[in-house]
Amino acid sequence: MRVAILQFPGSNCDQDALKSLREDIDVSAEYVWHDESSLSGFDAVFVPGGFTYGDYLRCGAIASQSPIIRETVKFANEGRPVIGVCNGFQILAEAALLPGALTRNINQKFICKDVFLRAETKRSIWTSGVDKVIRIPIAHGEGRYIVDADGLKAIEDNEQIAFRYVNSQGQIEDSANPNGSVSSIAGVINKAGNVLGMMPHPERATKELLGGIDGLTILRALSLVKA
Amino acid sequence: MPTVRVSVTLKPSLLDSAGRTVAGSLKHLGYEEVSDARIGKLITLQVETVDEARIREMCQKLLANPVIEDFSFEVVG
Repeated sequence: MRVAILQFPGSNCDQDALKSLREDIDVSAEYVWHDESSLSGFDAVFVPGGFTYGDYLRCGAIASQSPIIRETVKFANEGRPVIGVCNGFQILAEAALLPGALTRNINQKFICKDVFLRAETKRSIWTSGVDKVIRIPIAHGEGRYIVDADGLKAIEDNEQIAFRYVNSQGQIEDSANPNGSVSSIAGVINKAGNVLGMMPHPERATKELLGGIDGLTILRALSLVKA
Repeated sequence: MPTVRVSVTLKPSLLDSAGRTVAGSLKHLGYEEVSDARIGKLITLQVETVDEARIREMCQKLLANPVIEDFSFEVVG
């Protein structure tokens, strides 16, 4: 089992991802540079956070056109596991692997704090291990998930909402939605369920030293993937 | 060389929180007549030849995100 951690100019959560996967999930993980065009030998892809290409044009827009993302789209369409976190989520949304878009937080501020999440479906490998309310950090300025009314109905009907922001008791409320996301959505999956995008950072919550280990409930999915 | 001016705007149905903040600030300055402000992007392209279908394609593929944005363009000069 070998995970490709994609690196772009401006990635900054790549090292967190590598360390958490190697040390805390115990899978093999290697960096893959953005202008590579092969994922041969890899069983899963992790698109880490950051500010790829300085967020020029729109967050993730330029990175979504890179050779490695074109290859990632093919990889994902073969049903293989792909996760995008924070800017990685923005990139996968820009690449149209996931529905919707991420826009400026409703309060215009960069928000860096812990949030509580509830898994909304069990049908993805990424959410099937999350059976309680989990607490993991967010760190973003543009994480307000947007989808139009028809799109929202479609992702609800298809069970594509992976995570919602909730309070510590697991209830949806406005004060628990940090960025004004539609329907408190924190993460979505593709129709097949093998691609996850989420704004919160599971790779920053894999050691007690970092304040919590709830991110493991998501990332452990990788240890179940057959090589 | 022809210049193409592309404007990209947030769909009217979406809240433009930055625009709303700007409108509020204009009101604070005494411009009570401002009820709303929306912020978009202006992109100018220098092109060797003008092919409207290709410009539309550039907008759809990269310059605008059709999920949240509308675009228009005009050839100037």
